[in-house]
Amino acid sequence: MVAAVSISHIYKHYGNLHALKGVDFEIPKGSFFGLLGPNGAGKSTLINIMAGLVRATQGTVRILDHDVRLQWRQARHALGIVPQELAIDPFFTVHEVLRLQSGYFGLGRENTPWIDELLHVLNLSDKANTNLQKLSGGMKRRVLIALALVHKPPIVVLDEPTAGVDVELRQVLWEFANDLHQKGHTIVLTTHYIEEAERLCEKIAILNEGQLVALDNTSVLLARYPYRLLRLSLTCHDVILPTGLQDKVQSFLKNELVLRLHKEKDQIGEILESLRGANIQFSDLHTEEPGLEDVFLSLTSREKGKK
Amino acid sequence: MNWYGLYTLFGKEVWRFMKVASQTILTPIITVLLYLLVFVSVLEEHVTVYENISYTAFLISGLIMMSIIQNAFANTSSSFFQSKMMGSLIFLLLPPLSTFEFYLAFIGAAVVRGLVVGLGVWIATLWFIVLPIYNLWILLCFAILGSAILGTLGLIASIWADKWDQISGFQNFIILPLTFLSGVFYRIDTLPEFWQKISYYNPFFYMIDGFRYGFFGISEMNVAISLAIVCLFFTAVSAFCLWILHIGYKIRY
Ligand SMILES: Nc1ncnc2c1ncn2[C@@H]1O[C@H](COP(=O)(O)OP(=O)(O)OP(=O)(O)O)[C@@H](O)[C@H]1O
Ligand SMILES: [Mg+2]
Repeated sequence: MVAAVSISHIYKHYGNLHALKGVDFEIPKGSFFGLLGPNGAGKSTLINIMAGLVRATQGTVRILDHDVRLQWRQARHALGIVPQELAIDPFFTVHEVLRLQSGYFGLGRENTPWIDELLHVLNLSDKANTNLQKLSGGMKRRVLIALALVHKPPIVVLDEPTAGVDVELRQVLWEFANDLHQKGHTIVLTTHYIEEAERLCEKIAILNEGQLVALDNTSVLLARYPYRLLRLSLTCHDVILPTGLQDKVQSFLKNELVLRLHKEKDQIGEILESLRGANIQFSDLHTEEPGLEDVFLSLTSREKGKK
Repeated sequence: MNWYGLYTLFGKEVWRFMKVASQTILTPIITVLLYLLVFVSVLEEHVTVYENISYTAFLISGLIMMSIIQNAFANTSSSFFQSKMMGSLIFLLLPPLSTFEFYLAFIGAAVVRGLVVGLGVWIATLWFIVLPIYNLWILLCFAILGSAILGTLGLIASIWADKWDQISGFQNFIILPLTFLSGVFYRIDTLPEFWQKISYYNPFFYMIDGFRYGFFGISEMNVAISLAIVCLFFTAVSAFCLWILHIGYKIRY
C-alpha cells in the first residue's frame, strides 16, 4: 500500500543551522500519527517541507506517492495543513475567506454546502459573516482548521492545534480529529501535550534536534520503556537516602518521593528493605506505569544530558 | 492550468482594492486634481509644448498615465507585502496555484486598478478639458502594458523587501524619479542635451510618450518604437519576476 506521506533522507540547512539531519520515515495511510519533539526539534520545518512551503536541502517527500517538488499540484490537493501561526487575512469575513480558499483549489459554488457544514461542525455558523479581525484566538484556530479542510484533503496535518486553546475547545478539537480519522482521513498531529498524543495517536514519531529518535506504535513505545515509578509518601521529609537509592530518584518534593525503578533489574522488595534499613518511614506507596511523557523525556532531554 | 484558482485570486485582489475604494481610487484622483491646480494656473500661459496642444491637455494626458502606473505599483506591492508580513501569504502558497497563475492574477488585478484609476482621473479632468482621442487602442495598449510593468515591479519590490521602509524607498527612489523624469510635465527634447540623453534610457518615457500619442496622434518618438521598447521592458521585468517566484526567493525558503 502507498504511504500517506513518505519522507526520505530529508536534510534542511539554514546556513550553519541544521534543522533536519536525514529524517526518514513513512506515515501509513489512514493512521492517526503523532509527531512529537521539543521546541526547535524541526517538526514545523518537516511539515512545511511536506506542504511545499519550505524546500528541503536534500531528500524527497512524497504525498500519496506524489513528489512534492515534481507533482506539486496533486500533492497539494491531497494535503490540508493547519499552520502553527494564527495568521489570516483581516480583510474578509469567515465565509469569504473559506470561499476564496476553496476557489484557489479550483472549487466553485458546488463546494458551498461543504463550507457550510464545516462552519456548522466547527461551531462557527454564527460567526460566518464576522470579520476575521474580530475573532478571538480560539475562533481563529477553528477558522484555520476549516481552511485546511475546505478541499476535503485525505491527509490532514495539525501543527499544534491545541496550543493556547481552552479545555472545552480542546475537547471539541479532539473529537473533531477523531471523527475525521474515523471517516478515513490520515491525521498528523504535533503537540506539546504528551498525554494528548498518548490518547489520540496510534503511531508516534519523536524528533529531537533534527533527527528521528523513535518511531513506533504508541503501545509498543510505552512497553519499550524499561522503568516504572514507585511513589512514596514519607512521614518525615528530613531524611538521608541510602546511597544505593540516590540515583533512582526521579523527584523528591516535600514528603513525596518518586523513584524510577528498572522493571527487571530493581526489585521492589529490596528497595523497601533498604528504606527500612535507613529508618525511613512512609505512610503510603503505590507504583505507576510510565506515561508517554516519561518515554518522551528519556528520549529527548535525558539524551542531551548524557552528552 | 488551474483557471478557476487564477480567477478566484484575481477576483480577490480586485475585491480587496474595491473594498477600500476611497483610498485606492478616490485619493489618487484628488492628488491629480491638486497637481493640476498648481501646475496649470502657473504654467498654462508660459509653456508651449506642441503647437495646437495646450499645456493643460499635455499635462493631463501625462498625469493620467502617471496615476495609472503608480496605482498599479501600489496595488501589488501593498497587497503582497501585507500578506507576507502578516503571514497570511501561506494560504496562497498551499493551494495548487502555479507561479504563472499567481503572477497573472496579481498583475491582472494591478491592471484593473490602473485602468479604473485612469478612467476616474480622465472623468474628473473633463471639468478642465476634454481630451481628443486619436486612437483608443493605442491608449489602452500603453495603459495596460504600463500598469502590467509597474504591477510587476510592485511584486518584485514586495517579494524583496523585509520592511515597509524598503517598499517606500523603492517607490521614492526608483519609481518616483523615473516617473518625474519621463516627460509627464515637459517635453524631453526641450531639456539640455545631457538630460535628454539620459531620459532616452528611461523606459517610463516611452510609456508616457506612447500613451500621449493615443490622445493627440503626436509624440516625440515614433509610436512603434515606443511600443517595442515598452514590450521589451515588460518581457524583461516579467521574466525576472517569474524567475524569483519560481525559485521561491524569500517566500519558499
Ligand atoms: N526560516 C528560518 N530561518 C532560519 N532558521 C529557521 C527557520 N525556520 C526554522 N528555523 C530553525 O529550525 C529549527 C527547527 O524549527 P521548527 O520550527 O521546525 O521547530 P519545531 O519543532 O516546530 O518547534 P516548536 O515546537 O517550537 O514549534 C529551529 O532551530 C529554528 O530556529
Ligand atoms: Mg513548530
